[in-house]
Amino acid sequence: MLDAIQEFFRQLAADHPTWNFIFFYEERQWNKVVSGLWMTIKLSVVCIIFSVIIGIVGAAMQGAHSRIVRGVVQGYIQFFRNTPPFVQLLFFYFALGAFTPTYSPDGWLEVPIISNVGWAIISLSFFAGAFNVEIFRAGVEAVPDSTQEAAEALGFTRLQTYAYVVLPLALRVSIPALNNNLVNLVKTTTQAFVIAVPELLYQAITIWNDFPSAQNPMMLVLFIAYLALVGVLVLGMNKWERSMRIPGYGAGA
Amino acid sequence: MTRHIPGLTARAATDLPVLLAAPRPQHTPRTLNFSYWLASIPPWAPFLLFIVLSLWPYYAFAQTNGDARPSALEALWRWIPFLITRGFLFTVLISVLTMIVGTILGVFLGLGQISPNRIIRGASYWITQIFRNSPWLVLLFIVMLSFPFQIELFGYRIPIPDWTKAVFGLSLPVMANISEIVRGAIGSVPSAQWEAAESLAFTRRQTLYQIILPQCIKRMIPPWMNWYAILTMATPIVSILGVEEVLNLTRQAIEAENNRPELLVPFYGFVLLIFFAYCYPIARLTVWLERKYALKL
Amino acid sequence: MTWTPDQPIVSIHNVRKAFGSLEVLKGISMDIMKGEVICIIGPSGSGKSTLIRCINALNDIQGGSISVEGQEVHDENLDKLELRKKVGMVFQQYNLFPHKTALENVMMAPVKVLKQDKAEVEQRARALLKKVRLEGKENSYPGELSGGQQQRVAIARSLAMSPDVMLFDEVTAALDPETVKEVLVTIKDLAADGMTCILVTHEMGFAREVADHIYFTDKGVIVEHGPPSTFFDNAQDPRTKEFLSQIL
Repeated sequence: MLDAIQEFFRQLAADHPTWNFIFFYEERQWNKVVSGLWMTIKLSVVCIIFSVIIGIVGAAMQGAHSRIVRGVVQGYIQFFRNTPPFVQLLFFYFALGAFTPTYSPDGWLEVPIISNVGWAIISLSFFAGAFNVEIFRAGVEAVPDSTQEAAEALGFTRLQTYAYVVLPLALRVSIPALNNNLVNLVKTTTQAFVIAVPELLYQAITIWNDFPSAQNPMMLVLFIAYLALVGVLVLGMNKWERSMRIPGYGAGA
Repeated sequence: MTRHIPGLTARAATDLPVLLAAPRPQHTPRTLNFSYWLASIPPWAPFLLFIVLSLWPYYAFAQTNGDARPSALEALWRWIPFLITRGFLFTVLISVLTMIVGTILGVFLGLGQISPNRIIRGASYWITQIFRNSPWLVLLFIVMLSFPFQIELFGYRIPIPDWTKAVFGLSLPVMANISEIVRGAIGSVPSAQWEAAESLAFTRRQTLYQIILPQCIKRMIPPWMNWYAILTMATPIVSILGVEEVLNLTRQAIEAENNRPELLVPFYGFVLLIFFAYCYPIARLTVWLERKYALKL
Repeated sequence: MTWTPDQPIVSIHNVRKAFGSLEVLKGISMDIMKGEVICIIGPSGSGKSTLIRCINALNDIQGGSISVEGQEVHDENLDKLELRKKVGMVFQQYNLFPHKTALENVMMAPVKVLKQDKAEVEQRARALLKKVRLEGKENSYPGELSGGQQQRVAIARSLAMSPDVMLFDEVTAALDPETVKEVLVTIKDLAADGMTCILVTHEMGFAREVADHIYFTDKGVIVEHGPPSTFFDNAQDPRTKEFLSQIL
């Protein structure tokens, strides 16, 4: 069965030189595609998790009493939202990377403490996190003061009010915008290409550099892979949004 | 803690406060998120940031070898005219051309999305979704690789420079997003308008061009400008493909200055600043237009 | 000083309150005995709502004193939880938690704040919803209920904390005329059960019917007060007369 498939694509490549699905019959290329896809998924998942954590913590810090704390958060948001993520990656990896210490695992090579994957995770998480802070803050602000006041009048402490009333409501308000931002984050992981993170786009380019005949098939793979990734994310978020819907509110109520 | 005090800081009878705010953030920031945020930055903020960034390497180097080298800013100063006239103006040109191409394609695609013909409607929908959800860099690479470097026309060989391919590659996602803007704006006109026109014996085409579009064109302008700002911020990625825009020239300038590490921060910082200086007025204008039209409609 | 039931349950003495330079309460005093029903009326912006918000410390005060069951409310060391167990409050805009059902809204504070047993609280909550005539609506979300129904859930929610005093802040002002009555009937039942109630209201007919005592405030001071019969039929102050002539 497997042989038959490999033979089919080998034949296809022989008949149509621009449709060389090399990764279907050559194990090395197949491994490149799989490892690239895996790296893209890892990068996306890790960055989504970190950026959401940054968003929640940042939004909570924006409500802090201290002016300094609020100022720091505001400065962070301004910096990361103002600059193109592409330039951020370069800036982190080349400009800041030049100042980070190195270590030597084997006594020969000097390896920086933070690898290019590490910088990509840091840079992309902070980039998407800056948007998430604003998204969650808007969600918290959408919860009416009077609802918080009602909780206060019932004897809830500040923390209890936040945990039982404000956050559950704010989260619901935030989902659509969060959805958009996380989709954008998954798409932005491709830009880690610029600091040689071996994600899907990077691997695809190495393959078509080696085998120009595999260009069209690789493009097809890229399209399908990213549409599938974004599709899974959007489906998941929509399902979550529906499960959190409050009867009697929002569209269709 | 600022609290709303019924009867004092607001009218005693407020709106029903139970999650009423929810629908708003779903609409406005979704389309104008970027411009709203950009317009909200005080104009001095990036300049302050730039100064801090420029001074920081001196501090870092003074710490390590004790001799400050105040020539980094001088080097930048020498390069600024070149970076602006050759680099940034070219970036602007790319973004403007991309916007023109993207808008023309996007308007057709958007009208296709509301076509009465099911096939056209379906095709337009899927084209929009595919290009809206694909990473820009992937689209750019695909266009770059799959387009010929020259075409033959009437026996002449016409070379296609990389930057025109970059324009086309960038205009694909712009097209898809403009398509959504057009569809959304047309959808926001109450359906009673269509019915009223139909009852006055307007054809569908007449209704669209004479009644519906004139009403929603104003509504499309702010999100359209918002997308222009997003596009401008995205143009640096074409440097990957060797287009000689501002980021590439900056890298070359740093190399020409012998790759001194203390140059990295001020030079890249300058790039950030110049993008901000260009996009900020656009964002302010966008928000202003949005408010102005919001009052009228 | 320990409180005994023959002393005022709520004692307000010369209370002053300002928002910035805007003085809202300019020395207000009143004593309310256990089981009394008090109505505070007056034109908009006269400080009525502010006054009752001060009673459960949602607003602070700049001068004077307020005590509930002998406990000074505006005391640095006040245990706010103790105060809020004693004083329930119902708002103009109901302020239910929209992500919780009617039953959950009623149960939430006793379970989360007082850490009471869930099964026992649920039993009580169902009884309370029955009392406010919302049997069968336990699993409805606030968004599925009418304004009047929501307001009755809000009343049940406050009652679930077993308060000794209930504050009502213009609870019918946001309601449709036809649902006002069902809420007023609920409050009347409550008053008949002997609950101490302090109401800010514009429903003069209702005030006349249920109140033991009426206070008329204007521009931050109490202009006139008395039992409903004398207040409505025999007002002395020209400002009261003018207000009543506009309302009635």
